[in-house]
Amino acid sequence: MSNQEREPIFSARNLKLLKEPLGKNNPITVQVLGICSALAVTVKLKPAIVMALSVTIVTAVSNLVIAGLRKSIPDRIRIIVQLVVIATMVILVDQLLKAYMFDVSKQLSVFVGLIITNCIIMGRLEAFAMANKPWPSFIDGLGNGAGYGIILIVVSFFRELLGSGTIFGYPVLEKLGLYKAGYENNGMVILPPMALIFVGLIIWFHRSKDKSLVEKR
Amino acid sequence: MENLLDIFVKSIFVENMIFAFFLGMCSFLAVSKSVKTAMGLGIAVIFVLLITVPVNFLIEKFVLKKGALVWLGEGFADVDLSFLTFMVFIAVIAAMVQLVEMVVEKFSPALYNSLGIFLPLIAVNCAILGASLFMQEREYENVLEATVFGVGSGIGWMLAIVSIAAIREKLKYSNVPDPLKGLGITFILTGLMAIAFMGFMGIKL
Repeated sequence: MSNQEREPIFSARNLKLLKEPLGKNNPITVQVLGICSALAVTVKLKPAIVMALSVTIVTAVSNLVIAGLRKSIPDRIRIIVQLVVIATMVILVDQLLKAYMFDVSKQLSVFVGLIITNCIIMGRLEAFAMANKPWPSFIDGLGNGAGYGIILIVVSFFRELLGSGTIFGYPVLEKLGLYKAGYENNGMVILPPMALIFVGLIIWFHRSKDKSLVEKR
Repeated sequence: MENLLDIFVKSIFVENMIFAFFLGMCSFLAVSKSVKTAMGLGIAVIFVLLITVPVNFLIEKFVLKKGALVWLGEGFADVDLSFLTFMVFIAVIAAMVQLVEMVVEKFSPALYNSLGIFLPLIAVNCAILGASLFMQEREYENVLEATVFGVGSGIGWMLAIVSIAAIREKLKYSNVPDPLKGLGITFILTGLMAIAFMGFMGIKL
């Protein structure tokens, strides 16, 4: 990687690539990418974190690979080449999950496979990796994966806490003695529709903090 | 026959692609600003699902499954290619979308013009790959069941996108808080619609 000689590994520009997707340019709440898989896996924290990690790894590595190959990929067939690279990564992740975390892999069911059509990955490959050097692309992939992951983790934290009264399966609310005081778990939160409403609320919160993101209409 | 009807109704209402599994959300949010374009995309999705689900079913049954290659000879009885599923399915979908595009262009230019821009987009619509993966996971018995499931999912998806587009058209006249405008309110609306759709849960034919 020749650019490492010219600029330090974590130069200001690269740090910005890492940080921006976490807030201002978040893939889910601002770029509206990759929502398909984001919502279905957020009932519990554990699968959400595994999913976030898988997506981060796939995004970063396929960004790296495509950025390395970008000069030798003919423009016409680039979508197919990108899909093949992504699919290869996803197969690797899927096989690893099946081998080492079988229960989580069962919970995620088809959604591991659906990482292939996760628009974050395609979007980053098209928008960034095709025009940049491997190292910044890798960082960009990490940043976007993390930005995706952070939303997943926030949503699943609230859904698990309010819906099942646990965090990582540990019964927090029971230990606090809330059930004795008459508190009951909100079964609605576990159902799919609440994931959408939570993301809507996160977007609301995010945009009222950062006025520049408000859509004009 | 009853079985088929059951799969059909289930895939439209109970296991709606958008409201129960959030599949195809990206295009769902991006293309739901007007009813007309939503309709176009919906029809294109039904069309592609109608073709890809049965094709993937046959490939799964005769090539990928463990022991599926036995028709080639006894020596293939132990071959298990199921780890290639993702790669093959996505390739089939991309190829089919391309093929459908060419066929439609040749035989029905009018339909091609109305679907035109949406067809290529569909290759990366998660609802399509999702339907194929669900088809694999649920182990439908024959091609007919798989086809009915594919068409049903497509109709369910179209129903969802057309109705949200209609609501968004009306929404232009309402006073939404600024930070919630656009994306935020669409999410919450989809959530509320999903709650309504949960009323179909438990329906058995």
